Amino acid sequence: MTQSNSIEERLDRQAPAVFIMPAVLIVLCFSIFPLIVSLFVSLSRLKFVRGGIEAKYIGFLNFKKLLFGSQQYHFLGKFDQLTTTGYVIMSVFVILILVWFYRYFRSINFSLVGTIGRFVVATGLFFLLMLTLINLTTPKGLPGTLVVTLTYVILGVIFQFQIGLGLALLCVKKIRGRSFFRMVFFIPMMITPVGIAYLFRMLTDMTKGPFAPVVMWLGMEETSWAVIPWGARIAVMIGDAWQWIPFMFIVLLAGLESLPTEQKEAAIMDGAGSWQIFRDITWPTLLPVIVTIILIRLIEAFKIIDLPNVMTNGGPGIATESLSLHSYFNWRTMDLSGSAAVGYLLMVVAVFICLSFVSLVKKQVEIAQQ
Amino acid sequence: MFKLKNKMISGIVLAVGTLLFTIPAVHAKKYDGVTVNILTMEAPQIKGPMVKRAPDFKKLTGATVNIIGVPFADIYPKMEADFATGTNSIDGAVFAPQWMVDFIEPGYLEDLTSKVKADSAIEWDDIGYFFRSFSSTYGGKIYTIPLDGDFHMIYYRTDLLDAAGISPPTTWEEYIYIASRFHGQDMNGDGTPDYGSCISKKRNAQAYWMILSVAGGFIQAKGTGEGMFFDTKTMKPLVNNEAFSRALDIYKETTKYAPPDEINLDVGDTRGLWTAGRCALTLDWGDIGTLAIEKGSKVKGKTGAAILPGSRKVLDRSSGKLVPCNRARCPYAINGVNHAPFAAYGGWSGAINTASNARVKDAAYDFFSYMSQPKQSNVDVTIGITGMNPYRVSQFEKLSNWTNAGFSKASAENYLGAIKASLNSPNMILDLRVPKNQRYQQVVLDTEVHRFLSGEISKQEAMQRIEDGWEEVTEETGRDGQLNAYRKTLGY
Repeated sequence: MTQSNSIEERLDRQAPAVFIMPAVLIVLCFSIFPLIVSLFVSLSRLKFVRGGIEAKYIGFLNFKKLLFGSQQYHFLGKFDQLTTTGYVIMSVFVILILVWFYRYFRSINFSLVGTIGRFVVATGLFFLLMLTLINLTTPKGLPGTLVVTLTYVILGVIFQFQIGLGLALLCVKKIRGRSFFRMVFFIPMMITPVGIAYLFRMLTDMTKGPFAPVVMWLGMEETSWAVIPWGARIAVMIGDAWQWIPFMFIVLLAGLESLPTEQKEAAIMDGAGSWQIFRDITWPTLLPVIVTIILIRLIEAFKIIDLPNVMTNGGPGIATESLSLHSYFNWRTMDLSGSAAVGYLLMVVAVFICLSFVSLVKKQVEIAQQ
Repeated sequence: MFKLKNKMISGIVLAVGTLLFTIPAVHAKKYDGVTVNILTMEAPQIKGPMVKRAPDFKKLTGATVNIIGVPFADIYPKMEADFATGTNSIDGAVFAPQWMVDFIEPGYLEDLTSKVKADSAIEWDDIGYFFRSFSSTYGGKIYTIPLDGDFHMIYYRTDLLDAAGISPPTTWEEYIYIASRFHGQDMNGDGTPDYGSCISKKRNAQAYWMILSVAGGFIQAKGTGEGMFFDTKTMKPLVNNEAFSRALDIYKETTKYAPPDEINLDVGDTRGLWTAGRCALTLDWGDIGTLAIEKGSKVKGKTGAAILPGSRKVLDRSSGKLVPCNRARCPYAINGVNHAPFAAYGGWSGAINTASNARVKDAAYDFFSYMSQPKQSNVDVTIGITGMNPYRVSQFEKLSNWTNAGFSKASAENYLGAIKASLNSPNMILDLRVPKNQRYQQVVLDTEVHRFLSGEISKQEAMQRIEDGWEEVTEETGRDGQLNAYRKTLGY
């Protein structure tokens, strides 16, 4: 082999990297650079002065304020002693984690890195679950923006997935008006989130809204969802679900329609019922699509801001304030470093939850793909 | 013949050319080709009248004025981001003068003193003393042009109170009594029960001034210079004491006689309820008076205005306790009641970006002057939807402006009388005007009061958190600097 051939081969091997490098640099520039600057801002105190901005490094003071200081109530909420129910739930969780570890240690894929990863996931989930139980199930506990956001994300995604899957299963059948229903279910996704927020604000207005006569007929004119924390949160979640169910619906419908029919037909000929077919054929085949769409929706759900901002301005009190809204309110009063600190913590929590989800369902997806 | 024809053609061409070049020059306007971008709140109020008058200003001066609206809570950050980053896309802003300190210190706002002195059309001395000498100035220099005068007042249904033989409330206890008396009655003849009191209490809107209006009469008694926000010697917040505690009790009690979602209503909602005839009492800026006479209002001729209710007990600042009023403690009390009218917000005012081009700055100033001149502003303040309330002496004296707008003579006298009584009060409360005042009020005070109203925290917790939050802002910003700025605003 001549020297020029070996140089050519080396160049050929490097060619893909070279061609993709400009795109990678642009992505890095627009995502990594802002991340680094945000980190710097979150570790500083900024002051607007003549000619620009003065930044004073203060270390982790902004994070300390959120986690242990004057803003702890705002971020982590108010604490109280766990109830008996809380202890039971925590115990069940610990048992499930131990079973999970036991099965992992007995598997052939066992490794030190895998163990550390699982330990981190388990610890993080343990603390988040405990915080949620303390905030939501204890007499004096109150949720901060972290638990409010987790509520929107977990309950919202579960609800949206179930309804989206149900609608997709209905629309995949050859029923009359199928095309019409598909179009109608898709419409909410076309509307801007702020538009949906104002729409729901008008719909839920108890004194002037379109349902005001109904509210009066039911004798509920003296009650208002906006002054009850869970009432306000549910109103926000309904608006969010209305907007995002179509997304779940359209992707799951596409997934269902692309499933091979031979296995189903064979199962029907063998006398399998519809539940058996769904459990043993449809669900495993659809699982990769389900995991992908839930992951996408989880990432998006953490950013919820329009609905709580327009419908309730984060109220009553801070009952509906999400992490994004918390960060926005800080930014709006020019507390840029406080805003960046909240944003960073949101990123950490979102990445943790999404990675935990992937690691928890990875094995099931692999089995389904086999 | 040919030569003559050529000469004639040349002559005609020359004449036409001369006309084409000189006519535009003769008719050239002062600001032809100049565009001014002005930022303000996105709402029919304040932005509406400026958008309406911008074409007239263009006809007069040639300047194109673009009015850019943003949500109220975004005005402050948009201004600061635009000026600090050097973007300078905003040439002028109509905003809260209490925020001006944050923009003057870094040198973002133009000193308008010389322009005002050279401008006879603005009739500066006709502007109320408070607005021209306090709201518009800082450190002895003029930085803003007032377009609006702001005071909180209470409004009451004259027909209901007259029929019941009740006088307008002079104390907050009387306010509560009247609200409870009428709550649940049908006040507008539509067969549905209405509300005793409608006060905007929505978080992150403009509600945090309302609690200050309630608390003012309990905290400040010895005149404007005493101040109601901080101790003038130590900068200690005056929010964790019996006076503020009583104010919170009253504020929360008004919710009992209000629409069920009152803590989610902003001023647009409560004004709509008032003009629909659904409230016996309300607390608001001067807008209610002019909105009440608009077409479609069910309360035209039924709206009375009064100075803010006060208190027979005031704060003893050394002990933190409420003590009965006497001559020494309440030198300005009226019939034993200490009133402290609150100049909430200070009145929308126009300021100019110092970094803009000189011609643009001149055009911006002339536009603000035009808007403020009596010929325009004396009309705008009589129209409810403009959001502009009286601030010129002539606006209080010329009743014909108001009767022409639709007020009856009695209503006009009542409305203007309430504003004048507030303006002339020696115990008037000046709005907080120190650096970062937005954080004190919109972040800390607003959040904790709303949490208290929604039942998330107790009254004691709310007061403690407000005090701790304000102390934190003071420490972060610099206690000595804040104290100095606070004392300066009170005239020390």
